[in-house]
Amino acid sequence: MTTEQIYAKLTDIFRDVFDDESLVLTPELTASDVPGWDSFNHINLIVATEVQFKIKFKTAELESLRNVGHLVEVIASKVG
Amino acid sequence: MSLFWLPQQPDWNAALLEARKRPAREVAPRFVALANTSIDFLQTAKLDKIVQQCGDDLRAALTRTRPMKLALLGSSTLTHLVPAIRMAALRRGFWLDVFEGDYGMYHHELADPSSALYTFQPDVVLLALDAQHIAGGNGASAEHSLANLTACWKLAQEQLGATVIQQTVLPVFAPLLGNNEQRLPLSPFSIVAEVNHRLRQQAPQAGVHLLSLDTLTQDEGLKTWHDPALWHRSKQEVSPRMAPLYGDHVGRLLAALRGLSYKCLVLDLDNTLWGGVIGDDGLEGILLGQGHAVGEAHTAFQHYAKELAGRGVILAVCSKNDDANARAAFERHPEMLLRIKDIACFIANWQDKATNLRTIAETLNIGLDSLVFADDNPFERNLIRQELPMVAVPELPEDPALYASTIAGAGYFESLSVTKEDLERGQQYQLNAERNRLRESSTDMAGFLRGLEMQLIWSPFDSVGLSRITQLINKSNQFNLTTRRYTETEVAELIGQPECLTLQLRLTDRFGDNGIIAIIIGRPAHGSETDVLELDTWLMSCRVLGRQVEEATLELIVKQAKLLGARRIAGFYLPTAKNGMVKDHYGRLGFLQTSLAEDGSSSWILELKTFEAKPTFIQIVEGTLDHRTDLREAH
Repeated sequence: MTTEQIYAKLTDIFRDVFDDESLVLTPELTASDVPGWDSFNHINLIVATEVQFKIKFKTAELESLRNVGHLVEVIASKVG
Repeated sequence: MSLFWLPQQPDWNAALLEARKRPAREVAPRFVALANTSIDFLQTAKLDKIVQQCGDDLRAALTRTRPMKLALLGSSTLTHLVPAIRMAALRRGFWLDVFEGDYGMYHHELADPSSALYTFQPDVVLLALDAQHIAGGNGASAEHSLANLTACWKLAQEQLGATVIQQTVLPVFAPLLGNNEQRLPLSPFSIVAEVNHRLRQQAPQAGVHLLSLDTLTQDEGLKTWHDPALWHRSKQEVSPRMAPLYGDHVGRLLAALRGLSYKCLVLDLDNTLWGGVIGDDGLEGILLGQGHAVGEAHTAFQHYAKELAGRGVILAVCSKNDDANARAAFERHPEMLLRIKDIACFIANWQDKATNLRTIAETLNIGLDSLVFADDNPFERNLIRQELPMVAVPELPEDPALYASTIAGAGYFESLSVTKEDLERGQQYQLNAERNRLRESSTDMAGFLRGLEMQLIWSPFDSVGLSRITQLINKSNQFNLTTRRYTETEVAELIGQPECLTLQLRLTDRFGDNGIIAIIIGRPAHGSETDVLELDTWLMSCRVLGRQVEEATLELIVKQAKLLGARRIAGFYLPTAKNGMVKDHYGRLGFLQTSLAEDGSSSWILELKTFEAKPTFIQIVEGTLDHRTDLREAH
């Protein structure tokens, strides 16, 4: 799966979770940039990502997530 | 997919977008329809967010039953379950407000009448305690946990006046011994098993209903339901993925409390009750019974339907077939488990199925929203979903081996108690068929009624009748003057109250016992009019319509009211979507109308001095328990 494909799929998930069809993902994007990205939606986001990509994050990986670019790197390392 | 019995809707997002644009009064049915698709947790949260934004307009448009209030109390994160619980109520056509207790403060909140919980005044309290809380601490024991729970139930029932739903404990702990963990009774694994065992023993007598989380999770497995990583990260015991199914189970319990469970399973025939098409393949050609895997799968489904009937679910048939062909299988096929006598209403013709379902509902005197329509044909299913959205239509999988588990998983027939009447219902419909034959052979109505040799056997509310009385109070929709619902605790409080009139009425005739068919609650009027008895509740089973039971009941009420010192009886009609049939009930019985409000509700009065009872063919008998038992045996 290419980085672009991961971004495309992740964009759909973000738009669903935050109910915002205009949301555009950039590597630098963090929780403080997106209205509604609270702890509740964060969990939903992570669980939805696990379901959609058929992957499982390690607890330590989630602890250290910095931004969307970092999240994409972690996904890439798992989907191959 | 967790809501597996509901249909997928590929353009769900577009439909939601479209629904949002509509004016408030038009959105309600669209939102209900969107909730009745197989949505995941994100869609559930999305729909909930939009629904909450609509607020009061939508709340007012959901009229299936009045809005309900649920307090969700626990000791870990439950926020992610709230949208799914609310959407499960929407799925069933009613509005639900949810109060979420402060994390781990449930006992304090229950004990403090000044807490936000008391301000909220919930109808129902759901105690959703996590396994760690129940069995994870040092010195934890089943005794200790149960003592804590029963104390909470008591507070919720007696101080808060709420109905209690107790979640059984999710078995999340790893065993220490293995297969024979019971040899270590104080291991967390064993404590959970013991608590769940005792909850099942104690819940019925405590008047508490269970949300059976431990068995519910067996279907898809603990690993799907519980993610230890999520527990550590966010203290979510139930994974958000499974929130829709969790919420739906809460929703079906709440609906059952309001008497909104479905009552009748309508069955298609070809490729539903048997494999193949009887019109083409003939009686010998259909697949049913031993020797063929598909045939055995259909037999298993018939077996499940028959068991449902055995506990009170009404069965009906709706098939596109020649009537004679369809009946032949029931009458002559040796492998048929279901027989004609098991089917309360049998319709096989070439009309569209929406028309036929309307006929079935009318014939059985139940609402269309009491029907579940099981049909293997996607075309027929979609037709009914479109034409009659109030009918439940399970998305039957292609393999008949999965029919029973699909219908069971949908929880249509969720029931909180089983009464003797439930167990005998199938037989009663059969007796009704015999009564109808007598009616057809009688030349006039009076002759028919006289021939029935009816007895109306009455007694005040008592503890023996309590569960059936409560069930009728919460289930009866059509012949129900005020549709006031009472919990079993509230009904029990009426027993032995000297100033109140409580009547449970049983009707027997020469064909058998109809069971308890009517309930009356009368209370003295407040204030100055001390000689007025107000009829708080008058409800009757529609099964006994047209048999003069209303007239005989009034005769009895008048007699009892006089004994209580009343000189007048006041009656009220409060309109609902379903009780139009009794709008003129009091007028027909000779009451005078004293008021008529804009919403259609009316008040009526009857002067006892001038009242003359209409003659009926019913003998009124005071019944003790023994007397009723005798009568049962006599028939």
